[in-house]
Amino acid sequence: MKKRTIIPIGPYHPLQEEAEFFQLYVEGEKVVDMDVRISYNHRGIEGISETMHFDQVTFLVERICGICSASHPLAYIQAVEDLAGVEVPERALYLRTIINELERIHSHVLWAGLAGHFIGYNTVWMWAWRYREPVLDLLEEISGSRINYANAKIGGCRRDIPNELMPHIQKVMDELIPPMDMITKAVLDDPVIHARLKGVGVLTKEDALRYCVTGPTARASGVPIDVRRDDPYAAYDRVEWKVITRNEGDVFAKAVVRLLEIFESIKIIKECAEKIPDGPIEAEVREIPPGEAVGHVEAPRGETFHYVRSDGGNRPVRHKVRSPSYVNVPSFRASCIGQSISDVSITLASVDPCYSCTERIAVVDSDTGERVYTARDLIKLSQDKTKRLMEERGRQTNE
Amino acid sequence: MSWKIWALKKSPWVFHVNTGACNNCDIELLELLTPRFDVERFGIKLVGTPRHADALVVTGGVTRQAAPRLQEIYRQTPKPCVVFAIGSCACSKGIFKKGYHMIGPVDKVIKEVDPEAIVMYIPGCPPKPEAMILGVVKALAAL
Repeated sequence: MKKRTIIPIGPYHPLQEEAEFFQLYVEGEKVVDMDVRISYNHRGIEGISETMHFDQVTFLVERICGICSASHPLAYIQAVEDLAGVEVPERALYLRTIINELERIHSHVLWAGLAGHFIGYNTVWMWAWRYREPVLDLLEEISGSRINYANAKIGGCRRDIPNELMPHIQKVMDELIPPMDMITKAVLDDPVIHARLKGVGVLTKEDALRYCVTGPTARASGVPIDVRRDDPYAAYDRVEWKVITRNEGDVFAKAVVRLLEIFESIKIIKECAEKIPDGPIEAEVREIPPGEAVGHVEAPRGETFHYVRSDGGNRPVRHKVRSPSYVNVPSFRASCIGQSISDVSITLASVDPCYSCTERIAVVDSDTGERVYTARDLIKLSQDKTKRLMEERGRQTNE
Repeated sequence: MSWKIWALKKSPWVFHVNTGACNNCDIELLELLTPRFDVERFGIKLVGTPRHADALVVTGGVTRQAAPRLQEIYRQTPKPCVVFAIGSCACSKGIFKKGYHMIGPVDKVIKEVDPEAIVMYIPGCPPKPEAMILGVVKALAAL
């Protein structure tokens, strides 16, 4: 048997913003197995949300993840609205669509930059983040904050975007197209990026289905799923756009899917800014009846899913969050094993993992890192010991 | 002023520790390195290991898992060093105050190791990049 080495990555590692811990088992240069250990970021959000009332939880779920800070509240709000049977005004739906798509643009551009950084192309990083700035400025103008927008609320939206700002949104979006074109072309035509990303970290369609991945990770493996189209929410069924898919499943395909989605998002925002109807932006919500409901939203990384149960009081009795990275991260086992170590970091980055969304807590023996014995193992140990003792006794009596 | 503090103020190299943040402060921090704000022109630079760092930038209220690691990282940083607690969570645990898994805030965890530690606070959720620059400038002036 070849010599097996364990390479730990993390929990605090210069490549990663967030704390996570991967153990790569390697033979020579080849990764043969891997393990991930999480919960450095676990904050107990589901528990905290049961101590807050329905309106406050919106701001809590906004802080699950800084990059999906429009998607998580929207999924939660849709669950509560479903529960309360609220009819959301048309204008609020368009406002939600605009904010969510701006978020998708900034997230995908951010990813493109970080991916460039991971493969050692810092120029791509600097470019991408520079052209992301106008989007953040626009978000600040229409919501008051660069990143935590706090725009959606149960029954509608908290702030209106004045109609005078709509031409400005159109203008910013028009100005965003040439730089995005440039970045997309730079990525699609660059021979080094081709050599570095093509055929790397392939997640086949079968594996994608087996691991139930969502979002761009699934769409790059030829699984055309998108909540925005499959179960339209906000104003997505009122505008024209298409789902981008690729069949290759490698890192390059994931990059292409994300970059092309930016253009679709720009199209959606422009159309929304044009079509947005006048009217109220919020409906009155009197009380939340007992019952349970789910809401799901296509976050930049995939489907985010919230489950809320109410007993008729003013707090959720149970609130469950399932974020996209939670299902995308296990697919590393399919895409990383068999790769060389140098390709692992970009493969890990390619699903755009977000650990602050994903963190769950699990109990393991902290001293040895071994799994804790299960009941069956204990019974087996006990039976073995009895057998051993019986054998020893038998030997003694025979002698 | 000791010569060590004088040298520290010249061009602080920082190491970034995420101890349970929601990513917001982290991406705003990375924003500082990119062309619009570009703090590298002032000699502020992100480094890959705490052993090279003059300052720790901590984001996030400290979780149970992250606390021992944060203390270990603090021990590895050459002294004197400055700890910047960035964001409401790092300053006071913020909205996650009631969470059972939160031990923080940052100053409490750091002061368990070193009661003399210099901790600076930059509140905000997340603080704007301009606010972070202002906070660092004010902190260094106060040293």
